[in-house]
Amino acid sequence: MSTGSISIKGLSHSYGATAVLKDIHLDVSPGEFVAIVGPSGSGKSTLLSLLSGYLKPTSGVLERTGTTRTVHQADGLYPWLTVEGNLALGLPKLDAASKRRAVSDMVGRIGLTGFEKAFPHALSGGMRQRVEIGRALCGGTDVLMLDEPFSALDYLTRLKMRGELCRLLEDQPRTVILVTHDIEEATQLADRVLVLSERPASIVYELKIDVPRPRDVTAPGVVDATKAVLKAMGYEP
Amino acid sequence: MDTKHIRNSINSWLYPSLTFGTLLLIWWLASARGYLSEQFFPTPAAFVTGFREEFASGSLLRDTLASLSRVAAGYALSVAAGVPLGMILGTVLGARLALLPLLNFLRSLSPLAWIPFAIFWIGIGHGAVIFLIVIAALPTIALSTMAAVAGIPKVYFRVAQDYDLKGIHRLTRVIFPAILPQLVTTLRVAMGLCWLVMVAGEMLAGNTGLGYLIHDANNGLRLDLIVVGMVMIGLLGMLCDRLLMFLTRLPGIRWGYDR
Repeated sequence: MSTGSISIKGLSHSYGATAVLKDIHLDVSPGEFVAIVGPSGSGKSTLLSLLSGYLKPTSGVLERTGTTRTVHQADGLYPWLTVEGNLALGLPKLDAASKRRAVSDMVGRIGLTGFEKAFPHALSGGMRQRVEIGRALCGGTDVLMLDEPFSALDYLTRLKMRGELCRLLEDQPRTVILVTHDIEEATQLADRVLVLSERPASIVYELKIDVPRPRDVTAPGVVDATKAVLKAMGYEP
Repeated sequence: MDTKHIRNSINSWLYPSLTFGTLLLIWWLASARGYLSEQFFPTPAAFVTGFREEFASGSLLRDTLASLSRVAAGYALSVAAGVPLGMILGTVLGARLALLPLLNFLRSLSPLAWIPFAIFWIGIGHGAVIFLIVIAALPTIALSTMAAVAGIPKVYFRVAQDYDLKGIHRLTRVIFPAILPQLVTTLRVAMGLCWLVMVAGEMLAGNTGLGYLIHDANNGLRLDLIVVGMVMIGLLGMLCDRLLMFLTRLPGIRWGYDR
């Protein structure tokens, strides 16, 4: 079971004179799936960089427990390593034999059997993202950060990837933070959706979605939640 | 697919052969018809005679080996020092601030300007030529390695942080493989540079080698031998570049060329 939790109190961040995030409060409990949506330029990625420890906040308190790994939008794999090599990066502490076993187990889970020796540039966009998710899940990561992980993919591949993410998380539950501009993706996947305002961003709306996963994109709970989020953002009356 | 592959490999020999064949034909015709005076350029026959003469006496082999060994030594030294230096410049701000102006100064200064000191300090021969090669190639290799490090996508460093690749591992398992494709291009450019400097260095600070062969032939007005030297230099330069190009096919490097 995942043990990663996050607690943020009064967090603000600015780049020089430009205030990006203002007074953010957020508690994420272990195993929870939280999605953060907002208009582009609202500071979603900055928030993720702060959560993953890549940036230090200008002010406020940020507490994390457990290890954190980020899945990037695209090109986060090391192109000089094969699928196996990239997955093995996630398992630095294992001996060679257990590493091989764990890698081949993950290759199977992400459905890339037969592509172990392939380099990322020979894979499709969807396959590359599956490897990235697999790499991030290897070796007992506690918190999984997803930075618009499917935004470079076409719609149908995106739908498929959401299903696969649910399946992987069912086998290996994790605390998940998903940052996305795809509201449907957020409502189909998350236990809780947070909406950020324009810059300087704060959380202006919060919605819990108590529908068990995996959910259909057209399930009533998902459609209702999508409508509620769009309304909160001012796109629907 | 297979026939296309075969056709491509035939063409990759056929087309350059046609180019060189046409040039030879023009040379031969121009000499035979008297458009090209022997006072200005040797005839193909004179070239062949000169080549045989140099080959039979063993001096062509001796000069070729002398030039090759100087390029090899100068190149090896420049790469061994230039690549690590470039990686340090690319990662350590202080080193960059301190050394970048000096390297740019050296790079802007023609290596030939060092010839008086090379002769004065080391004396005419091997050492002086190798010194000139290093002083030309090292700043170029260091600067372009530095530029390659600066161009590494930021996301690779974020991944490195997530996966606990720090210190020496960050250098050897992230930065070095990330710049490899560009490094191969740098190595090819630097090889060309070494080859150029070797010729000039041997002409002015050498007493053997293909550059010296040209210099000596010039003094004796042996136009045929000048061309022999030129042909050898051009062919060997091409060969070296070809060998380095094979590096681009290695699996850890190919990704930089296949995208």
